Amino acid sequence: MYTTEMSKNPTRQGPSAAEPPELLEAFEARVANDEFIEPKDWMPEAYRKTLIRQISQHAHSEIVGMLPEGNWITRAPSLRRKAVLLAKVQDEGGHGLYLYSAAETLGTSRDEMLDALHSGKAKYSTIFNYPTLTWADIGAIGWLVDGAAIMNQVPLQRTSYGPYARAMVRVCKEESFHQRQGFEIMMRLAAGTPEQKAMAQDALNRWWWPSIMMFGPPDENSPNTAQSVRWRIKRETNDELRQKFVDVTVPQAESIGLTVPDKDLKWNEARGQYDYGAIDWEEFWAVVKGEGPVAKERVKARTEAWEKGAWVREAALAHAAKQAARRQKEAV
Amino acid sequence: MTANEALFDYTLRLGDDALILSQRLGEWCGHAPALEADLSLTNVALDLIGQATLFLTYAGEIEGKGRDADKLAFHRDVNKFRNSLLVEQPNGDFGRTIARQFIFSTYQRALYQELMRSSDPRLAEIAAKALKETTYHAELAAEWVVRLGDGTEESHERVEDGFEWCWRFVEELFTAEPADAGLISAGIAVDPAKLRASFDATLAATFAEATLALPKYPRPVTGGRKGHHSEHLGHLLAEMQFLPRAYPDAVW
Repeated sequence: MYTTEMSKNPTRQGPSAAEPPELLEAFEARVANDEFIEPKDWMPEAYRKTLIRQISQHAHSEIVGMLPEGNWITRAPSLRRKAVLLAKVQDEGGHGLYLYSAAETLGTSRDEMLDALHSGKAKYSTIFNYPTLTWADIGAIGWLVDGAAIMNQVPLQRTSYGPYARAMVRVCKEESFHQRQGFEIMMRLAAGTPEQKAMAQDALNRWWWPSIMMFGPPDENSPNTAQSVRWRIKRETNDELRQKFVDVTVPQAESIGLTVPDKDLKWNEARGQYDYGAIDWEEFWAVVKGEGPVAKERVKARTEAWEKGAWVREAALAHAAKQAARRQKEAV
Repeated sequence: MTANEALFDYTLRLGDDALILSQRLGEWCGHAPALEADLSLTNVALDLIGQATLFLTYAGEIEGKGRDADKLAFHRDVNKFRNSLLVEQPNGDFGRTIARQFIFSTYQRALYQELMRSSDPRLAEIAAKALKETTYHAELAAEWVVRLGDGTEESHERVEDGFEWCWRFVEELFTAEPADAGLISAGIAVDPAKLRASFDATLAATFAEATLALPKYPRPVTGGRKGHHSEHLGHLLAEMQFLPRAYPDAVW
């Protein structure tokens, strides 16, 4: 799905003393020229670290993001909805796999990244710390959360790091299917019985603000944006992406008869964009810090799955080692 | 029971086995021991829900009372379900889930290999389409049985415990219902007793590789095909059916 810059402290801005200026200059020139940087190419340490953090946060978001939707697989209201939701959640798991692999090309391992997730050191998208309470939440997630993910990820298909950009190309194709299926669930509910319509409106009320917070802090308070934009790790700022999302989503809500829960929302003729109300950044930072409504449940679920599965992973390794030993013995 | 009722009942069994096992596997989503295992379990769940939809749709047509696959899945009470007791068993740990999957998919592969030659073209068509998927499920489960059996002392013990839980339900899979006699002689239904040799052979080969001891089967527990289930199925259905039951007029 999606992640954004969630560290309040900027990474090291200046070049490290050990980094030869001529290499740095050549690197900056290649990036400015929109060339892809590949795993074996020289890159500044801060670029590598920023990417590892961003890609691993993104991967963790995919994996943690399986939980709120997985919560409804056993309760999906028709066989078709169940199959589509299973396929969607599987896609998220697949995205997690490509992204962990992309991060591994930068010299970290999946186990290290997972340790950071389980210990609470690594972040994941704030949106997954909100609960899925009704079936309409599955529609809202597809429509709003995957919709926001697309806004963010389409520009990342041209991000400067080759393996990340290529992973994004695959991810984006699937996300647009997810967004459509989510909107279709909402459309059906909004045109359904009065209870169904109320369910849809309630889901929009609860997911709207967390969804527009997903784009991250406002530009004036986003410490890494300038460097990330220069390095083509990011291609548009948080506020630019947020505005795009609002402009696209508000008419969609109106078209199915739902109301966006923002009394200050209005079309600004002069700007040709919507003006929207103030975002509760205190809530955003609290959720980033791990104080979201179901943050504890999410981390506990991931940690338990990992710990309870340890014997299985050990067995797979032990069997592979025994097989290798047997093959070697046969060869002698 | 008329021939039509017998065919309805037989087709329901095929659909309910796939549906209920799919529901169980869906519970693993997001909680499996590794991302790859998570993906493969949900993959199996997804295939099974596809099979369930095809069989239940056909069952509804055979019945001719206007019930579609969703109506059959979400608006039947526990004693109207015809799945085997094996598939409704709780997941337990990964060892038990794999044991259940190995037994079921090995049986289902043998079943579809025969059913694809059914004189009922619809059943034959669904079985032929599903056989590829089920062959993959059986292979996947067998690979895990070998990994766990041969892996560590702990994994050996756990997968053994998983099989211990399941052995009493094996007999049911290979037992025909009295009403099937006509369908079997007409070449519509498969006589499940004929699948046992193939099942036993696969089991023996896999267990040898997995260093597991062959089972000593306990007294069989049966009843699923008649609607006499374990205590577990009611809870599974309560969860699965709650939305369509709570909002009977709604379309999703």
